[in-house]
Amino acid sequence: MKSVKDLVKAHGSIILLRRSLSLTTRALAEKTITIREAITQAMDEEITRDDRVFLMGEEVAQYDGAYKMSKGLWKKHGDKRIVDTPITEMGFAGIATGAAMAGLRPICEFMTFNFSMQAIDHVINSAAKTYYMSSGKVKVPIVFRGPNGAAAGVAAQHSQDYSTWYSQCPGLKVIAPYSAEDCRGLLKAAIRDDDPVVFLENELIYGQQFAISDEALSPDFVLPIGKGKIEREGKHITLASYSIGIKICLEAAKELEQNGIDCEVINLRTLRPLDEDIIKTSVKKTHHLVTVEFGWPQCSIGAEIIARICESDAFDYLDAPPIRVTGADVPLAYAKTLEQNSMPQVSNVLKSVKKVLNK
Amino acid sequence: MNTYARLLLRLQPNGRQLIQQQQQTLPTVVSTIRKASSGGTLEYDSPKAYKLHMLEQGPSTHVSCNREEGLDFYKKMQVVRRMEASANNMYKSKLIRGFCHLYSGQEAVCVGMKAAMDKNDSLITAYRAHGWTYMMGVPVTGVLAELTGRKTGCAEGRGGSMHMYAPNFYGGNGIVGAQVPLGAGVAFAHKYRGESNVCIALYGDGAANQGQVFEAFNMAKLWSLPCIFVCENNGYGMGTSTQRASANPNFYTRCEYIPGIWVDGMDVLAVREATRFARDWCTSGKGPMIMEMATYRYFGHSMSDPGTSYRTREEIQDVRKSRDPITSFREKVVQANLATEEEFKNIDNEVKKIIEDAENHAQNDPELHVDELYSHVYSNPPPGFKIRGCDNFTYKDINK
Repeated sequence: MKSVKDLVKAHGSIILLRRSLSLTTRALAEKTITIREAITQAMDEEITRDDRVFLMGEEVAQYDGAYKMSKGLWKKHGDKRIVDTPITEMGFAGIATGAAMAGLRPICEFMTFNFSMQAIDHVINSAAKTYYMSSGKVKVPIVFRGPNGAAAGVAAQHSQDYSTWYSQCPGLKVIAPYSAEDCRGLLKAAIRDDDPVVFLENELIYGQQFAISDEALSPDFVLPIGKGKIEREGKHITLASYSIGIKICLEAAKELEQNGIDCEVINLRTLRPLDEDIIKTSVKKTHHLVTVEFGWPQCSIGAEIIARICESDAFDYLDAPPIRVTGADVPLAYAKTLEQNSMPQVSNVLKSVKKVLNK
Repeated sequence: MNTYARLLLRLQPNGRQLIQQQQQTLPTVVSTIRKASSGGTLEYDSPKAYKLHMLEQGPSTHVSCNREEGLDFYKKMQVVRRMEASANNMYKSKLIRGFCHLYSGQEAVCVGMKAAMDKNDSLITAYRAHGWTYMMGVPVTGVLAELTGRKTGCAEGRGGSMHMYAPNFYGGNGIVGAQVPLGAGVAFAHKYRGESNVCIALYGDGAANQGQVFEAFNMAKLWSLPCIFVCENNGYGMGTSTQRASANPNFYTRCEYIPGIWVDGMDVLAVREATRFARDWCTSGKGPMIMEMATYRYFGHSMSDPGTSYRTREEIQDVRKSRDPITSFREKVVQANLATEEEFKNIDNEVKKIIEDAENHAQNDPELHVDELYSHVYSNPPPGFKIRGCDNFTYKDINK
């Protein structure tokens, strides 16, 4: 029986531990942390580092966060820096945006991005467009963060994936991290960035453990926004994905390895601005492309990626049409089997890869 | 039957109610001025200038100004009036496109309020913003050239009528009501930084029913934000009168936990006095306050609205004759022997020159180069960032 650490390092398995809430001590000793810890630490460090940073949202203070993402922060930083709001998304997203215009650096938490629809006018019209409309006079250094996409058994109204909605809008930076290192580095970069950032987390992997380097645990560790990462190198086919999609890509890659198919898994990390170069370089190497995401198929991130590949010289390197793996084109059901089959599984990726490779 | 009664009968029901409501509260000042003013000040009592909600005491009803202030207020109101007239003409000559919402008639509000503001106070308003943009420090050229989309406009022509900005002035906002929580957020920043400043967040009678306005009220009160919420009630939200849009059209009473003051928004000195009171309230840690400025707009909602399908020309003429903020103030100043008609004519000429010069720029200055359409999307673009144009062969490299 392999040890827990080995399993995690192999990236092949998902270990869903109980929601463990201790912070730095355990992490530094064993060098694995959960996504939850990564995000809490990142916020803690940035709030400590810069007086202007504060966290605002429902239940972020005394409740420690609806998903415990801000555990311990209110006790440490107090009412001024960790602000509980009433259940009024449009109001508090507007207040957070106004505070950003006036020079503070808010982290505005949406309990889930489903509720951001109530406030989306402020994200788009008040935050994203203002720097442009003011010809550079008014900056909006705000981060909107929270869980995006499906959870488990919460049904249609609480399960939508907003990746494409936000990534369509110029003026926003849209980040969709996967690993703990992604979350730490990109959330810190987002908070330090002077532009409005939408930071799309995923509740299903909040508790997942990831190996993490000392470098990634240092307080000034930031990752570049707009740059993807090759999560797994390969030579036969490119799997381009982000967030929880990486999980099933890596699982599929492990299985396909046994069939002699070597997958290159690209973790986009940022959706806007999209790192096309990393995808093009990979496609030129592998000549085959499958995109993987959990959102709906119409106007998906995969559609955008494929359009860009076809419009570029990378098209000439393709040996087969690129195809997508997405969520099913339906509102999400509650019943377990229906729900599971509405979201992409490893089998969908396997089938698509084999089809593209004509195997 | 006198002229007034005849007028009332001719008006549509809404107009009649509006005029009656506003007429009831007109201060009768003429005789008071001649008696009270002496030694270089204009002073008078304005007992009906305010109505209070949840307040034991209100602003002083005895208002005054000295000669210098009087001439300054007059000049500023006249600049706004003439600037809007110029915008009207330029719009009709198709030099201004899209939306253009004129402030004419409401000048006493922006001039009176600004006179009571500290230089580090902030302000945010909606789209009827040209008067406020000028008062918050943008020269007339910056406003008119922005309207005509030239690069000497205050946003280089990128924003247009509804998106003008200046230090401590957060626009110019196109979405009805959105500016109210934004303003509460600016107030939040003032309080967070320990500053003794306020943010004034303005909205119209039409926006007053927006849910987000009440969400902002709630948080402003909970957190004691130094925010003055000001409803510029000009009687109509586009073409819908306050009676037809609001179950409770007494906007200063709309929040049962935030005190409010109704102000005669056509009296620049009353506006200033009330704003001083509200500002003192907010900066002494008592939390937010609501003000309702009873004012009037002469033009329609925007340039595409003649403004006569939902109100009569007589109503507009009546306000011009009996309650115009500029002529009524000028009369008061003259009656108080603070300045002569001749001096006012000189000011008018000065203003005319300012506007003409600005018009010149607005009509002749160049637009931004077309490549600039790609600029200022991000303040911090990542290295190697490219923006796509309208086809696959058009990309702009944004170098850091």
